[in-house]
Amino acid sequence: MTALMPRLGRWIGRHLVMVFALLVLLYLFAPIIVVMLMSFNQPKSKLSYTFDGFTWQNWQHPCRPFGLCDAVSTSLRIGLLATVIATALGTLMAFGMVRHRFRGRSATDLFIFLPMASPEIVLGSSLLALFVSSGFGGRLGFWTVLIAHVMFCLSFVVVTVKARLTGMDSGLEQAAMDLYANEWQTFWRITFPLVFPGIMAAALLSFSLSFDDFIITNLNAGTTVTFPMFVWGSAQRDIPPQINVVGTAMFLLALVLVLGGELTRRRRTR
Amino acid sequence: MTVLDTSPTPRPRSGDLVLTGISKEFGAHRAVDNLDLTVPEGTFFALLGPSGCGKTTTLRMVAGLEEPSGGNIRLGEQDITGLRPYKRPVNTVFQNYALFPHLDIFENVAFGLKRRGVKDFKPKVDDMLGLVELGGFGKRRPAQLSGGQQQRVALARALINRPQVLLLDEPLGALDLKLRRQMQLELKRIQTEVGITFVHVTHDQEEAMTMADTIAVMNAGVIEQTGSPAELYDLPATTFVANFLGQSNLIRASIIGKADQNLVVDVQGRKVTVPLPRCRVTEGDVWMGIRPEKVFLARAGTEQSNGANQLRGAVVTDVSYVGVSTQYLAKLPWDQELTVFEQNTGARDTFAVGDAVDLHWQPAHTFVLDAEQDARAGVEDVDDPGGAG
Amino acid sequence: MSAVGQLSAATAAPPAKTERSGRRFTAYLLLLPGGLWLLLFFVVPLVSLLAASLYDPNGSIESGFKMTWHFQNFVDTMVDYARPFGRSLWYSLLTTVLCLVLGYPLAYAIAMKAGRWKNLMLALVIAPFFTSFLIRTLSWKLLLSDNGFVVDTLKWLHILGPDGRLLATTAAVVTGLTYNFLPFMVLPLYASLERIDPRLIEAGGDLFAAPLTTFRTVTLPLSMPGVVAGTLLTFIPAAGDYINAQLLGTPKQRMIGNDIQRLFAAGAYPTAAALSVTLMAAIVVLVLVYVWRSGTEELV
Repeated sequence: MTALMPRLGRWIGRHLVMVFALLVLLYLFAPIIVVMLMSFNQPKSKLSYTFDGFTWQNWQHPCRPFGLCDAVSTSLRIGLLATVIATALGTLMAFGMVRHRFRGRSATDLFIFLPMASPEIVLGSSLLALFVSSGFGGRLGFWTVLIAHVMFCLSFVVVTVKARLTGMDSGLEQAAMDLYANEWQTFWRITFPLVFPGIMAAALLSFSLSFDDFIITNLNAGTTVTFPMFVWGSAQRDIPPQINVVGTAMFLLALVLVLGGELTRRRRTR
Repeated sequence: MTVLDTSPTPRPRSGDLVLTGISKEFGAHRAVDNLDLTVPEGTFFALLGPSGCGKTTTLRMVAGLEEPSGGNIRLGEQDITGLRPYKRPVNTVFQNYALFPHLDIFENVAFGLKRRGVKDFKPKVDDMLGLVELGGFGKRRPAQLSGGQQQRVALARALINRPQVLLLDEPLGALDLKLRRQMQLELKRIQTEVGITFVHVTHDQEEAMTMADTIAVMNAGVIEQTGSPAELYDLPATTFVANFLGQSNLIRASIIGKADQNLVVDVQGRKVTVPLPRCRVTEGDVWMGIRPEKVFLARAGTEQSNGANQLRGAVVTDVSYVGVSTQYLAKLPWDQELTVFEQNTGARDTFAVGDAVDLHWQPAHTFVLDAEQDARAGVEDVDDPGGAG
Repeated sequence: MSAVGQLSAATAAPPAKTERSGRRFTAYLLLLPGGLWLLLFFVVPLVSLLAASLYDPNGSIESGFKMTWHFQNFVDTMVDYARPFGRSLWYSLLTTVLCLVLGYPLAYAIAMKAGRWKNLMLALVIAPFFTSFLIRTLSWKLLLSDNGFVVDTLKWLHILGPDGRLLATTAAVVTGLTYNFLPFMVLPLYASLERIDPRLIEAGGDLFAAPLTTFRTVTLPLSMPGVVAGTLLTFIPAAGDYINAQLLGTPKQRMIGNDIQRLFAAGAYPTAAALSVTLMAAIVVLVLVYVWRSGTEELV
């Protein structure tokens, strides 16, 4: 036993950073585990939020709480649309910034960075101020939320795609043109496939930011209800366990997508 | 033995590659300055020079990857100056190979053929992979190959299109010595068999001399001299070429007269003769040049009677045994150290530091250059690895 | 340094030379759609907000607001809301420090020690992101509840008194904030650490005896861009958050975000706008200080 302790101590010492890192990961996952557990919860009363009993019911009838599935559908629709628009616009911007010389580079960098760093309350309230003062105060809803989402996702898309682009050897495109591919063919056969993982990552990020957004959405949604708004509302009243079903489902979906992407990448480079 | 189709298919617009007045400016920096160059069809041509001399830029202009600031480029009868790279019958082997990482080897090699709409490309690709000895590697990815293998894929990918000119941008730079030697012979062999014009850019003068039929030595955006390796080495036109190719001893001198077909040159108070054809200038102050391996050392006071040029009164200051040869530094009375290489034939003993010696050589090995030129040009220094160019 | 590393395809290639060859016109064309969107829906709204902050506070949504260049709004809000403002900045600071303490080792482990598992670990950091953060914060409410596992353990370890609680305390709010913003710290840090040439660290290890010294003199300075980016991306948004304060705290832990939200909901636009502007101004100042010192190259 006495021989074991110093060896254990040394092992921990050498792997201290990794051990600590794993603990932090555990911290990151603790609430997720709670969410997963709570999705099987059978609440005793409307007001309690503790684990009272196990049931499959929530997973079998996820849409029972009134308005839940509508809210999820709204969030999904906004998310998909916002992702498509933000990814498209952001990718164009990333190409412009990485591959071309132009003046005002610093200003553009700042311009892109600020929305990412601004507090959501400021982003949301300023948009609200705009909508109100331009007469759309009474027409807040799906479209105003969409506009807001594209706005704050853009910067994240630009940064993600840019990172992928700058890592790309531009000599490859020259090689393609040397081998009889014109500009269009070079883009589709060489540039795009190589940037694609970055674009995918940006899209994934964009969707998750959009689906998850509350503060900005809340201020600009009018009577439309997105999923986070539904959760917030129910937090004041009763919290149907189906919320955790949706949360768990989202998490598992994300995990599948990300791990799937990783596996395909590994298999392709085998 | 070759599997490439080398039958004399009539090539409509084949011919020499001619660059006329080619210039390239990057902002205020003139990378290539009014260059004239003719690459004869079907030859192995080397563009040799230190890094930064503009050779790669010139190559890229031929490929169409850089736009010349001035001048034009003709391939046979066709003016290709304004053509996009994908319109030129020219292919490049890049320095870092530039293999497409997301395509396998087969797709990489087939790329050019597919873009040109060639239908029956599979057998051609297989044959080409066989030629570069990578048959069976078709399904692998570039990342799985070694440097030497990647280089061969890059070569195959370019060659398979049977371009009129194949451009090679220091393709052997990343390989280790043994592999590099091997590839040099391979490339030369392939070029001879296939008969395509090769333009090979390199900073390695030994590589250029080994492989090329013709060499153009470039320095600071201009060509200093063009010719066969023997011509360049034997009779350099400038101090840069004299120092960049091999080594030279350059001694300050002045022309004082003429005798038959020779010029009489005063070298620091001593007289030597140089055949007229070997003098780039015929009067005034000059550099008298003689290659180290052409010089012989003799014990001081020994008489030479075969008309050799002589410099007496030197002292050996350094002796380096290099296996094949012994390299001496001999200090002459005017405090200049000359380099002398003597092959270790075993015929006589080596000299030692401090020995008094005389230097002698055949006049036909001397060359004379304009004194206006920088005697340090092209010398590869520890402090100045790019050469004074 | 990118705010988010590549998800499933982190490239291992060294930064290759990218040629900036395109013409300026093409660049402007590419930047136009996105730039326009940001201009219309980020910059202009901020201007609107600025204008709103100068309205006469005696209006209402029904009767409209009059623009009277009422700079007094700012003075009033500063006086009335100095406390929550300061508290927000304090909480953000705590959050940022905690995120650094927790996040740096995690980023370091992923970048330097994870090897084959690098992408997996990254995925694990990002995946919780996908579960609605409201739900996750609610889970914290459960985790930190009075008869929950965590509180019981802390009581057993005597870190908490017999009737101590975690919920509805500053600690809970900060825990929630830290939790929510951890990925924003980890990812830029990771991107920055990943860029460091491992040979530099080897050289450091060669020159210095203790690995700690190598870390202090080589790794840490080289990872600074990531540290700064992570700090900016954590501190600033955290200062404006109100969810954690509302769900995990009491009115005593009220942050400035709570007030802004409340005022907007109540229709007191000029006051709310003034508060928002002040918050945003503080941020812009911080970012400009950074840019002035280090330029914008590392930002995006």
